[in-house]
Amino acid sequence: MSRRIGSVLLVIVLAAACGPVPAAARPSVAAAANLNFALTEIAAQFARDRGTPVEVVFGASGALTRQIHDGAPFELFLAADEEFPRQLAAAGLTRDDGVVYATGRLALFAPKGSPLTVDPQLDGLARLVSSGGVTRFAIANPEVAPYGQAAEAVLRKRGLWDAIRSQLVLGDTIAQAAQFATTGNAVGGLVAYSLVLAPGFAERGTYAVIPDADHQPLRQRMVLLKHAGDTATRFYAYLQGDAARAILRKHGYGVAN
Amino acid sequence: MDWTALSVSLWLGAGTIAILLPFGIWLGRLLAVRQFRGKLVVEALVTVPLVLPPTVLGFYLLVTFGARSPLGQAFHAIVGQSLPFSFTGLLVASAIANLPFVVQPIQRGFEAIPSDIRDAAACCGLSPWQRFARIELPLAWPGVLTAAILAFAHTLGEFGVVLMVGGNLPGETRTLSIAIYDRMQAFDDRSAGVMAATLLVIAVVTLMLTTTLSRRAGFARG
Repeated sequence: MSRRIGSVLLVIVLAAACGPVPAAARPSVAAAANLNFALTEIAAQFARDRGTPVEVVFGASGALTRQIHDGAPFELFLAADEEFPRQLAAAGLTRDDGVVYATGRLALFAPKGSPLTVDPQLDGLARLVSSGGVTRFAIANPEVAPYGQAAEAVLRKRGLWDAIRSQLVLGDTIAQAAQFATTGNAVGGLVAYSLVLAPGFAERGTYAVIPDADHQPLRQRMVLLKHAGDTATRFYAYLQGDAARAILRKHGYGVAN
Repeated sequence: MDWTALSVSLWLGAGTIAILLPFGIWLGRLLAVRQFRGKLVVEALVTVPLVLPPTVLGFYLLVTFGARSPLGQAFHAIVGQSLPFSFTGLLVASAIANLPFVVQPIQRGFEAIPSDIRDAAACCGLSPWQRFARIELPLAWPGVLTAAILAFAHTLGEFGVVLMVGGNLPGETRTLSIAIYDRMQAFDDRSAGVMAATLLVIAVVTLMLTTTLSRRAGFARG
């Protein structure tokens, strides 16, 4: 009896493993969460211009790097910084060192009804901190998200880091931080400028762009991975072209001329 | 509404049942009727996923089968794909995570069969296989049904492991619960809401179905 059950089990396991997984094109592009809107738009434009769609998966740069190390089948990786692509290059997983495709900006955001008044110098935040009015303040996790590191640098520069530390809520990605910042629980947050400009975001509150001298520049590098196919390679080139750069600029990124 | 993600979730649920049910019936019956050395250990191992954080399971799967581990490289060389970041990998993770949800109800089902019924069936000259198929399995059926439905519902709700070993790949490892997270991060609350409501409805319907079916199974016997 047990032998029969064993063979039934084997057949079922095999059937399930090779089975009808929904057929979809393999995703090829992994991208930092701050690109959520810009890259979606560029990918759509690319599909219209070149007739080949690319699949984009968004996540924290650190998490995506880890996944690529562990064998995730991405062909192109757009990071939020230069460090993560360099790690992959050093591990021999990329075709080359890649290129910087954009420079990101931070913005201070306060949702509607928040006691926080926004300004580029964070004076309003400093006043709110000293009056004890900060309940929760959102940034991305500096451990895994470059935008979180930049946010930490800005808060440190303004001498607010130690005071605000216990009030921080950390998003896994800058997108999650932005989401925390828009909910009523947080007085605001330091989020990617590109996300603040996104449709449906701006009307949820007020924002001020942080001077980019206040933190290490958020130079964002992309790399083709070793096994990148034709489509990914073409998309990589497309991202450096005028059409893509215009879209990046529209979404608040700095793009070299 | 992400139909691809819904389809991945449903296939994952069905696949988990297909793998675990035969195994669960075999192991559940074994644990119910036999006494053997190390039974306590087996029972504990089966129950471990119930109390284990999904991240622990995800961690071990990645470390064991990741591209940097020898086992992962060997697996890739033989099968031609890696276990993490694939549907098959999710299936393996889901099968492990659902072990207690399947084995325990089935074990209770077989335990509830009085031993004299088994003895009587043996006296009637039924072969062990006939005894199993005609007497024991029908009597333990409510347990089997509960196991299948619990595993299915639990798989649909699985999030932590899928996030860690799946990698959010559309059509492959982006399940409905991951898609909700993904849409939330894109400030697409509408889609997230629709998908959350879908999962809620599926959960409620599944549980209503269990109650109805197991009651009916009870009447049929009684």
